[in-house]
Amino acid sequence: MKLTSPVSAALRVGLFSFVIVGLVTLVFHATKDKIAANEHQALLDNLQSVISQDSYDNDLANDVIQLQSYTIYRARNSGIPIAAILASTTVHGYNGNIDLLTGIAITGKITGVRVLKHKETPGLGDKIELKKSTWILDFKHKSINDMYAKHWAVKRDGGSFDQFTGATITPRAIVNEVRNAGIFFQQNQSAIFQ
Amino acid sequence: MTHDTQAIIRNGLWQNNQALVALLGLCPLLAVSNTVINSLGLGIATTLTLVLSNGLVSSVRRYILPEIRLPLFVLMIAGIVTIIELLMNAWFYELYKTLGIFIPLIVTNCAIIGRAEVFASKNRILPSLLDGLAMGVGFSFALLLLGAFREVLGAGTLLSQAELLFGEGAKNWQINLLDDYSGMLLALLPPGAFIALGLLIAAKNAFAIKSKNARNAHEIT
Repeated sequence: MKLTSPVSAALRVGLFSFVIVGLVTLVFHATKDKIAANEHQALLDNLQSVISQDSYDNDLANDVIQLQSYTIYRARNSGIPIAAILASTTVHGYNGNIDLLTGIAITGKITGVRVLKHKETPGLGDKIELKKSTWILDFKHKSINDMYAKHWAVKRDGGSFDQFTGATITPRAIVNEVRNAGIFFQQNQSAIFQ
Repeated sequence: MTHDTQAIIRNGLWQNNQALVALLGLCPLLAVSNTVINSLGLGIATTLTLVLSNGLVSSVRRYILPEIRLPLFVLMIAGIVTIIELLMNAWFYELYKTLGIFIPLIVTNCAIIGRAEVFASKNRILPSLLDGLAMGVGFSFALLLLGAFREVLGAGTLLSQAELLFGEGAKNWQINLLDDYSGMLLALLPPGAFIALGLLIAAKNAFAIKSKNARNAHEIT
């Protein structure tokens, strides 16, 4: 068998890499704006699921601040703070992280909670998705003042929130995370809307 | 040529079906085949990758030295998959989010580099494209069967979330086969995928043996 010179092999690998990377770069630039627009729209859709669209008039998705582990989107109407949406993650689910959004009005009422991403068991823990169950809507209109009370827990723990048949850990994680977000909001309100 | 074409198609769809006979690409196959729509989405993406990578490998096969063929195959396949991923991210954003990590994982589907090595690097462009298409369709066929089996058993539905692939108009395509079906969790979880694949392979083998016996009987008489 005739051996090829290493130089020729290296040149070929280099040339192929150059062409392929060039192609990928072209496609990347062609799709960049569309992908950014998709991501922005998806974020906006998520934010609007926890706050009613006509209650604010600012550029919600870009009025954002990072405080400790919370990414906070601030809703304002004519410049006056209306509500904040706290994006947070809990590690206390049954399987991996659960990402959620908690919308809280300046009055202390919850405007909505949604789970963005989770890996809970299908058919059991996934009832935290609105697609599977209306459970997550229970949070709406509740007040952060209630969060210190004993009934801010799942029924198994003596509280007022339903758990799911065969899955207590998942709803417990959500209930606790919403409480953490609510208390954080209450204690840091001035920093949030500085 | 006609005979060749037939052989290529039969190989891809049945005799050397990458999923059911070669058992290649099991990671994406088992992981996303929990609904028909997920299966279809990954099937289309895999088929597209196979056709493009076979075409590309075949068209440059004269410039590929044997010593460096594997890195070059990997490079080309990774490039193609990245491009497909970007395009999906731009135009099928919802489906892209659902299939998530499994799109980049197409790179690790051994079926693709397998076809590049065994077929595309030794054949002309047209037969290579056809081989990619046949292999891809065969793989998608297995994916779809698995997806249907698991979705029916696991959730009692078919074609749920069709809007991911076909747009908002497809939202009501979902077929509920049983009312008040509480679902069979096992079918949706990873073990269900292995069990379903096992049953599918057994069915294919049973069918192949039966048709072979029938052919033999025919020859004797």
